Amino acid sequence: MTTAISVTALVKSFGRTRALDGLNLEVATGEVHGFLGPNGAGKTTTLRILLGLMHKDAGEARLLGHDPWQDAVTLHRRLAYVPGDVNLWPNLSGGEVIDLLGRLRGGLNPQRRAMLLERFELDPTKKGRAYSKGNRQKVALIAALASDVELLLLDEPTSGLDPLMEAQFRDCIDEERKGGRTVLLSSHILSEVEALCDRVTIIRKGATVQTGTLADLRQLTRTAVTAELAAAPPDGLSDLPGVHDLQVEGARVHCQVDTVSINDLLIRLTQLGIRTLTSQPPTLEDMFLREYGEEPADEVGSTADQDAAKTAKTGKGQAAEKEAMSR
Amino acid sequence: MSALAGTGGLVRMALRRDRILLPVWLILLIAIAAGTAKSTISLYKTPGSRLAAAENINHTLGLVALDGRIYDVRSIGAIAMVKMSGFGSILVAILAIVLVLRHTRAEEETGRLELIGSAVVGRRAPLTAALLVAVGANVVLGVVTALALIGTKLPVGGSLAFGIAWTGVGLAFAGVAAVAAQVASSGRAASATAYTALGVFYVLRAVGDTASSTGPQWLRWLSPIGWEQQVRAYAGNRWWVLLITAAFTVVVMSGSYVLVVHRDLGSGLVPDRPGPKAGAGWLRTPLALAWRLQRASLLGWTAGLALLGLVIGSIASTSSSFLSSHGAREIVLRLGGEKGLSDAFLAAELSVLGVIVSAYGIQAAMRLRSEEASERAEPILATGTSRISWALSHFVIAILGSTVILAVTGLAAGLMYGGRVGNLGRAGGVIAGALVQLPAVWVLVGIVMLAFGLAPRLTVAGWAALGACVLLGELGPILKLKQWVTDISPYAHVPRLPGSSVQPASLVVLTVLAAMLTVAGLIGFRRRAIG
Repeated sequence: MTTAISVTALVKSFGRTRALDGLNLEVATGEVHGFLGPNGAGKTTTLRILLGLMHKDAGEARLLGHDPWQDAVTLHRRLAYVPGDVNLWPNLSGGEVIDLLGRLRGGLNPQRRAMLLERFELDPTKKGRAYSKGNRQKVALIAALASDVELLLLDEPTSGLDPLMEAQFRDCIDEERKGGRTVLLSSHILSEVEALCDRVTIIRKGATVQTGTLADLRQLTRTAVTAELAAAPPDGLSDLPGVHDLQVEGARVHCQVDTVSINDLLIRLTQLGIRTLTSQPPTLEDMFLREYGEEPADEVGSTADQDAAKTAKTGKGQAAEKEAMSR
Repeated sequence: MSALAGTGGLVRMALRRDRILLPVWLILLIAIAAGTAKSTISLYKTPGSRLAAAENINHTLGLVALDGRIYDVRSIGAIAMVKMSGFGSILVAILAIVLVLRHTRAEEETGRLELIGSAVVGRRAPLTAALLVAVGANVVLGVVTALALIGTKLPVGGSLAFGIAWTGVGLAFAGVAAVAAQVASSGRAASATAYTALGVFYVLRAVGDTASSTGPQWLRWLSPIGWEQQVRAYAGNRWWVLLITAAFTVVVMSGSYVLVVHRDLGSGLVPDRPGPKAGAGWLRTPLALAWRLQRASLLGWTAGLALLGLVIGSIASTSSSFLSSHGAREIVLRLGGEKGLSDAFLAAELSVLGVIVSAYGIQAAMRLRSEEASERAEPILATGTSRISWALSHFVIAILGSTVILAVTGLAAGLMYGGRVGNLGRAGGVIAGALVQLPAVWVLVGIVMLAFGLAPRLTVAGWAALGACVLLGELGPILKLKQWVTDISPYAHVPRLPGSSVQPASLVVLTVLAAMLTVAGLIGFRRRAIG
């Protein structure tokens, strides 16, 4: 597996604020990689360093095998970037901007340009000042998607798009994946990342907290299990390892289980006799909220439990990082 | 009253944003006025020397065109304030325009006014707030200037008349800017409109003041700057002229109120036409983009200054009648006859042209900073465009654009002058006189490039440098500054053509200096972070 983007221990400070504090990011060629983090976590700063628009203070950053600062111009011919805030020239039409950006990148596919204009329902004759935020975003997206490049760097590309256009965007990215392009998708729209990305990296306060495939990350969190059992009261559940927040109402059982321990729980439940069973895999949102300290509302258990969860999480976070590095 | 809701808050916000700009500009203006008064009083102590100085100014076509006439050759106040009435009035007008546009159209452009407009703020509140700030600033300016002039021992009546006349200029141009802000389709277009109006009003006055007694002297009555001078502070104090300024101000300000409710936020009264579906074939390099962005501005500047060139050429051709009408043949002879007079006038006007074209060069180069600050540079620099080629794109427009403007203006002035005096051969000297301004213009552009590369937040230093150079040139002789101080200004090294010889060395030195500043700026830009 070749690597498109490799960032290790990246550090960047603005005055006293440490925007990036040892960030790691590894994007394989041909994958769609989600780059997740709350506002101000350092996503845009990372992208700007990867684009050679900004110096790094320390650490290593490689883009398509090159130094992003030294080889900025040659690298930029191989990538397309969509900024989070798209500002257009007030007196240039959308069509002009799409063509200009495409040509400056070294070429634009006219068929794709026409197809994308249609799909995103963009009027290319409007002047920059007349576009809404969503339409400005579309201009930059179409320019990027219609360019013949191998890497797409997208910084919150769907902010401002309506749900229909967001669906179009997802289809486009799906096609990019099939076409073999590498995509780094910075976002905080979790459903989008969940639907599109092969692997994700979650950052917080300028440092990577988790990275891996969604399946890997699911391994690190808990599944919600609700079961109706034949026998009441069910026993032998509370002392099972990995079971948390156990609630028993007669024959109904509700609990959270560490994904690694789910097999043990099911064996025990089967012994007790299952009538109905629902199991809800953790959503990215659960993982995300857990990473940022706010437990989902239905998970507020005892403080001791939370502390235990935190300790477990830190350990697992490190495990995940090790796993990512060994790839 | 709901249309005005929130005005108070907006005024406070405007004053907070202008807490540096406003006091600095006011203090500068007041200090210049008082300083000029003080040094003129000490320069001309005897009635005889005053009379000679005043006669000399009134008989110098270039000075009358630039600053206006002295209406009482015995009044030291009138002599001292002639430059403040001409050149000073421009500074007052620029402040008024900046203040009004900054808090109306410029705010709309950034979208900040939209945020404010959604709060409890009336439709007319932003305009009202901007005008209140401008009116307040100009009232303070007038009052303090009058007090400062009284402090220099100039007569009280004249000082009050002069202060209030300055206030009048400020109010009139605040109104002009308020209308421009409503009519134009963008912030950039609004300021272009307002500054063009300032230029036209200035030229009307200049043409009127330099016309012979049978010529169109009435033109000076079509200009707020003309009214300021026709108050004739220290030379009769014609208070009633202020009523014209007041009436004009009321009309334009009410006009802007009528217009403001007829347009949508962010758009002008002139609607946008749809643009092209696709980019033209040539729109494929950073330079092409810079040209696409700046061509309208260059065209406007060239057309406007070519007209100015025609006016200059035409006035120059009347220099002999200008003097004979005032019966001063001996001055004509002393200055080398009719041609010498015209040459002196043309040289003076062309050096003013150099300053005006520098303003073009500065704003064309400063486009780099505004593109960067508005995050429009980032997507371009994220393509296969190198930083240097992007930075050079707007620089090239600034350099070539200023060359085109000066060449066309020189040509217009030269042909008009040569044609009127029946000797087209004289056009060459005028064109040369325009083109020798270029190295000085380029130095100013170089200063912008240096600031942009090394300290992007200080790119406005370009305007500060221009202001400082102009002040050195205008006030250096009056304030009796040392030669090396006035020599800091690149304009001090431009040969005064036609009518004198060219020293190629100084032009080469200026050009090399401009190149060095630019290279240093480019090196800095390649090393620094974008944004």
